[in-house]
Amino acid sequence: MYVLIWAILMVGTAITVFAATIELGVFNIVLALLIATVKGTLVVLFFMHLRYSTKLTMVTVIASIFWLFILFSLTMTDYITRAWSTNIGH
Amino acid sequence: MATSEIQVAERALQHHFADMDQQKETSTFGMWMFLLTEIMFFGGLFCAYLVYRASYYHAFVEGSQKMNIWLGGTNTAVLICSSLTMALGVRAAQMAKPKLMIVLLLITILFGFGFLGIKAVEYHEHWVNHEFPGPNFHFETGDPAHPPTDPVHTEIYFSLYWAMTGLHALHMIIGVGLVAWIVIVGARGAFTPEYYNPVENVGLYWHFVDLVWIYLFPLLYLISKKHGG
Repeated sequence: MYVLIWAILMVGTAITVFAATIELGVFNIVLALLIATVKGTLVVLFFMHLRYSTKLTMVTVIASIFWLFILFSLTMTDYITRAWSTNIGH
Repeated sequence: MATSEIQVAERALQHHFADMDQQKETSTFGMWMFLLTEIMFFGGLFCAYLVYRASYYHAFVEGSQKMNIWLGGTNTAVLICSSLTMALGVRAAQMAKPKLMIVLLLITILFGFGFLGIKAVEYHEHWVNHEFPGPNFHFETGDPAHPPTDPVHTEIYFSLYWAMTGLHALHMIIGVGLVAWIVIVGARGAFTPEYYNPVENVGLYWHFVDLVWIYLFPLLYLISKKHGG
């Protein structure tokens, strides 16, 4: 089981490096983060045993992702909506 | 159960827990609460990265082209291998195979040193090229036909690069120390299938550090398609 996860992670790394050589515009970063998230999810579920953990632990992990999302989204709603008043982004 | 095993289990159970299961659950939960603070701690740096990357994309692309993809990619593979040996080591502890656990954890330590060694080579390369933020920072694209468009903001890229990978490397050093501690304590026979919470928690820490690198690698090394050598 662990060896299978390891193999998927190794293949995922190779795909990430390969995907970066293809020009996809804005989707390069989307694809890179998607692969990283798939890899990260596998690490958390299997290597970190979340799949076999208690509900309390699962809620803790989901809460951390949720709070991280708040950090990113509220910060970015500020920065990306400033473009009309400053030169940010150009 | 042999008398000596009962004694080990009794010694391992702290008086404020009802039984070993509750103790284990509490320990795992506590470790995840700590990792939650770590996620938010690294999250601040990732957020800074996001803001500056959105603002100075081209400066970030030029900076990222100085990264050695092969060394970075090798390090990603080294960390994934170390996570495998760590996970197998935790399972060995669970299955009452202390010797196997020690061997697997020693391999994990070797991978950890391998990662840090490769990182040191990369750091040295950036250092001699003046790619360290501060008074001596000097940025060249390496192609005279295309001088740097925005070296001031490429310095921000390198500030984030050093801060994020440096903090990650610090976690690796702490992780190697923790795994070494488990090896020493484990060699004295401290862990049983009923009690191996420290092994489990150090494993969680190690995988978390791997997880951070899984995001750092594409974000810092693979911003744009043009890699060069």
